[in-house]
Amino acid sequence: MRDVRVIARLDIKSPNLIKGIRLEGLRKLGDPQPFVESYYAQGIDEICYMDIVASLYDRNSLEDLLRKTAENIFVPLTVGGGIRTVENAATLLQSGADKVAINTAAIRNPDLIRQISERFGSQCMVLSIEAKSTTLGKWTAFTDNGREHTNRDVIEWVQEAVELGVGEILLTSVDQEGTQKGFDLELCRAVTNVVEVPVILSGGLGSLDDAKVAVSHGKADAIAVAHALHYNKFTVAQLKNAVKGAQSESAA
Amino acid sequence: MNLSLIDYGTGNLFSVRRALEVCGANIKVIHHPSEAKNSDRLVVPGVGAFGSCITELHRLHFNEAIAEHIATGRPFLGICVGMQMLMTTSYEFGQHSGLNLIPGIVTEIPNRTDAGEVRKRPHIGWTSLSESQPWTKTMLSQTTKDDRFYFVHSFSVIPDNPAHILATTDYDGYEIVAAVKRDNILGTQFHPEKSGPAGLTILKQFLSL
Repeated sequence: MRDVRVIARLDIKSPNLIKGIRLEGLRKLGDPQPFVESYYAQGIDEICYMDIVASLYDRNSLEDLLRKTAENIFVPLTVGGGIRTVENAATLLQSGADKVAINTAAIRNPDLIRQISERFGSQCMVLSIEAKSTTLGKWTAFTDNGREHTNRDVIEWVQEAVELGVGEILLTSVDQEGTQKGFDLELCRAVTNVVEVPVILSGGLGSLDDAKVAVSHGKADAIAVAHALHYNKFTVAQLKNAVKGAQSESAA
Repeated sequence: MNLSLIDYGTGNLFSVRRALEVCGANIKVIHHPSEAKNSDRLVVPGVGAFGSCITELHRLHFNEAIAEHIATGRPFLGICVGMQMLMTTSYEFGQHSGLNLIPGIVTEIPNRTDAGEVRKRPHIGWTSLSESQPWTKTMLSQTTKDDRFYFVHSFSVIPDNPAHILATTDYDGYEIVAAVKRDNILGTQFHPEKSGPAGLTILKQFLSL
């Protein structure tokens, strides 16, 4: 049976956990540590920190947060936001991260993907995509929390990036993010149709049915959940049961 | 309980060190083979490509320290690529000789199922283990069939002798060797240090062998 992961996504504006809508309109939720401790106690599969400001002088506190988390949380940790060089990635991996998620720097310099996957293995190199729907069945890659347009077609870009050594894709729909109106399933399907690496679908979960259809219709390998966990809308167990249910239905 | 954790420069040791510490071991992160002497336990983690890992291990002469430790009869644990390096030969990006402590090979997980569907690589996710031989008195003695463990890899081991397989897991119909055991030589393909409380249980059992 396919094993679909439930990942807690925490957007960080150092030192706080924040939550917005469509990656904007940031609301402060406070110290991220008690949130991740609760998710770990509930049996979360992975933790993903996204530094949404990624300003250089705040990097030390992100490393501190990773170290603090890795002290007592024994599940995989992914970190993204502002990683520009192999050395940036190395520092975060040494601070306790297992994987790095990269968007902007990979678009500007695709060779960074090759460099990071050669040095640390492709399992470390997560491509972060911020996708906005343009015309029907087309998506454009954005950077800087959905603010900057790149002219890159998402479907073409993911294929190129996988060739360069990406081991996993974190696929965020900017249109759906924070809306609780459901994932962009068409986007996820379009991406999973063209790549053979795992795809984490992010942005928009509002109901347990959304978690189900992410698997059965979106063909996602993992779902990233922020709002619904941070506001205690659902427990980790409820989300895990929902994706499990979808798997047994699609296997039947 | 003195445990030496080999640092040969590949990837982060942070989680492995911390997980073993939580399980009660007195950890020494070692950078030179002479430091491995008289350790109650020796652990080799491993992340990344087989070729670069084994090259570094040899360059720093840790292969000799591992052989010496194993000869004393004390338990040894290799994690992920640390376990793959125990084999004879790896076919990851070319052909590389391993430590040959457990005869066998390291091969790529087939990217198609028998039905011709895509089997994604890397294999990333949490799965349960099946018993290939009794787990009593092994590091899996407290592990149940419902416990799930975190895997992240594209290559897996095939020992020549099935008696060296301790546990397997299923990935889209492909049987992956999840844990190996040859006397005091142990290995896990999954990451016990990243598998929550179930993973820590295995590390605790490894310490109490």
